[in-house]
Amino acid sequence: MSILINKDTKVICQGFTGKQGSFHSQQALDYGTQLVGGVTPERGGESHLGLPVFNTVQDAVNATGATASVIYVPPFYAADAILEAVDAGIELIVCITEGIPILQMLRVKAAMAGTGTLLIGPNCPGIITPGECKIGIMPANIHLPGSIGIVSRSGTLTYESVHQTTAQGLGQSTCVGIGGDPIHGMNFVDILSRFQADEQTKGIVMVGEIGGGEEEEAADYIKAHVTKPVVAYIAGQTAPPGKRMGHAGAIVTGGKGTAEGKVAALKAAGIEVVNSPTDIGVAMKGCFK
Amino acid sequence: MNIHEYQAKQLFLHYAIPVPDGKQATTPEQAEQIAKKLGGDGWVVKAQVHAGGRGKVGGVKLAQSLSEVAEFSREMLGKRLVTKQTGAEGLPINSLLIEKTYPIKRELYLSVLVDRGSERIIFIASAAGGMDIETVAHETPEKIISVPVHPAAGLQGYQCRKIAYTLRLKGAQIKALSTIMQGLYDLFLAKDASQIEINPLIETDSGELMALDAKINFDDNSVAAHPDILAMKDPDQEDEKENKAEQFGLNYITLEGNIGCMVNGAGLAMATMDLVKLKGGQPANFLDVGGGTSVEKVCEAFKLILSDHSVKAVLVNIFGGIVQCDIIAAGILAAVEQVHVTIPVVVRLEGTNAEQGRALLSNTGLNLYAADDLAHAAEQVVALAEAA
Repeated sequence: MSILINKDTKVICQGFTGKQGSFHSQQALDYGTQLVGGVTPERGGESHLGLPVFNTVQDAVNATGATASVIYVPPFYAADAILEAVDAGIELIVCITEGIPILQMLRVKAAMAGTGTLLIGPNCPGIITPGECKIGIMPANIHLPGSIGIVSRSGTLTYESVHQTTAQGLGQSTCVGIGGDPIHGMNFVDILSRFQADEQTKGIVMVGEIGGGEEEEAADYIKAHVTKPVVAYIAGQTAPPGKRMGHAGAIVTGGKGTAEGKVAALKAAGIEVVNSPTDIGVAMKGCFK
Repeated sequence: MNIHEYQAKQLFLHYAIPVPDGKQATTPEQAEQIAKKLGGDGWVVKAQVHAGGRGKVGGVKLAQSLSEVAEFSREMLGKRLVTKQTGAEGLPINSLLIEKTYPIKRELYLSVLVDRGSERIIFIASAAGGMDIETVAHETPEKIISVPVHPAAGLQGYQCRKIAYTLRLKGAQIKALSTIMQGLYDLFLAKDASQIEINPLIETDSGELMALDAKINFDDNSVAAHPDILAMKDPDQEDEKENKAEQFGLNYITLEGNIGCMVNGAGLAMATMDLVKLKGGQPANFLDVGGGTSVEKVCEAFKLILSDHSVKAVLVNIFGGIVQCDIIAAGILAAVEQVHVTIPVVVRLEGTNAEQGRALLSNTGLNLYAADDLAHAAEQVVALAEAA
């Protein structure tokens, strides 16, 4: 078992014939992901990477039975792409695009309310169930099928956590990068609840960063509902307030969203918080001794 | 992106939000002329810098005569203003806003921003204006009201009335506040703002409402779609190195330490800074070189880091994802030679072909150290910076 995706998940790609879409679609195919086609308006009927191209997401869904879509379109077209996928009944949307205007995401989230479609991202590396299905831009070869669920706001810190849990021989059940934007799809709690319910997942790595209050919400949730061991790391302890640290969402404003506050909330909930990003794998391994 | 107060007030006027009569000046003579034209017997001279807290450090002065307007302008122009929001270097005062003064009965607070928790645009208001709203929120949260707006419905009349009654406004003032709020909401949407703050919003002796100050921040992801807003950008108010970085697609923020950091990915860059600190060092910067690390990008990144003369050693931390480590290593090597980096550079490479990458960086005759592990790399760079 795993969460959200597995070897049977049928995936389409929006922005399929573009540079990013083409490159990462080929990588996904090489990994064994059941990528069944792609969408590029006005290119319907063509073939790309040996797969059919459709004009609309609805055409792609009707022809292939895909339930997941990955989005690689430029930022000013991404809101449109997400809502097209929602409208076509896609169950899981993974939006990789970075730089979507915040007001567009605000409207997208309001329009998605009540539809049942799940969104991962935007501005994220995507999701992978090692050995089965890779949807996103993460490097495949660092992963190892195994027992640790990883959830992170940062792409490269997801890779760092993967690398360390692989080095410890633990491997990963599913890894989800939820994205670095202030308004995004699934949050820590959405993913943690699925890891808790997943039999394959024996332990959880959660990587947060400064900005917002989702880590604090996660701390409350873990305290009340998660029985599996959790190792957490929060990035940005040395970040000055008022400065955006790369991610639009990584900013301390009005004394809120500080690393200290998040670490304190997680510790108060009884969660093991490592001070150094290099200790994640060792700490996770330590939970099983 | 930030703009100046005088620019924000021009935008306010377009959206029917009342502001004091006034104009921007860049010389003392011009300031005096503006005051003369405005008339009256009192003026305020306001330093135009991208930071709050100006009043407490002499950046806002009340003049009783035209000669005082000129005098205060002469004092301020060309100086750097240091407020609690600027850092020790301060920001240059290249222009002033000269305004008429008004008899103030009450100072209120009104702002509108995107609230990430509720995923709504929210209005925040308080009768305790003029003060630092964060202090008010911390000490007397009951004095603050917030009203979320549903994106489909837009701002409703009752929401404006709710805030008006909380601010103890009466009669015609309720309509006036509703007009101001609707103007703010329209401006917010039309120009992709991320925050607009009026502190204080004043009630004059005659009962009029007016935005005495104006602060607008815009969503960096959207400004490209708004050439009129982009034209208001004032590079003098921003860190030179941060501006330069932006041109090359690098994400750079100046800090105060002596260890330069070059990392791929925002999260890993923050984590690297934290690790340097944890090992007893002080990071000189945040620098995310992003994906697809090309020789050109790495060269520019080195140039940026080295332009800060307090940097004694550099830590390069790259998690090679899709791009293989041996290719990244070759890029780093080329950049170190091209830019003539002489201070020690510790490189931590991880990911595909990491060993080949490390081999390339070893025994080069350059001041390069290939680390096999991130914790060691951080310890090493801290030691090298201390020894320098």
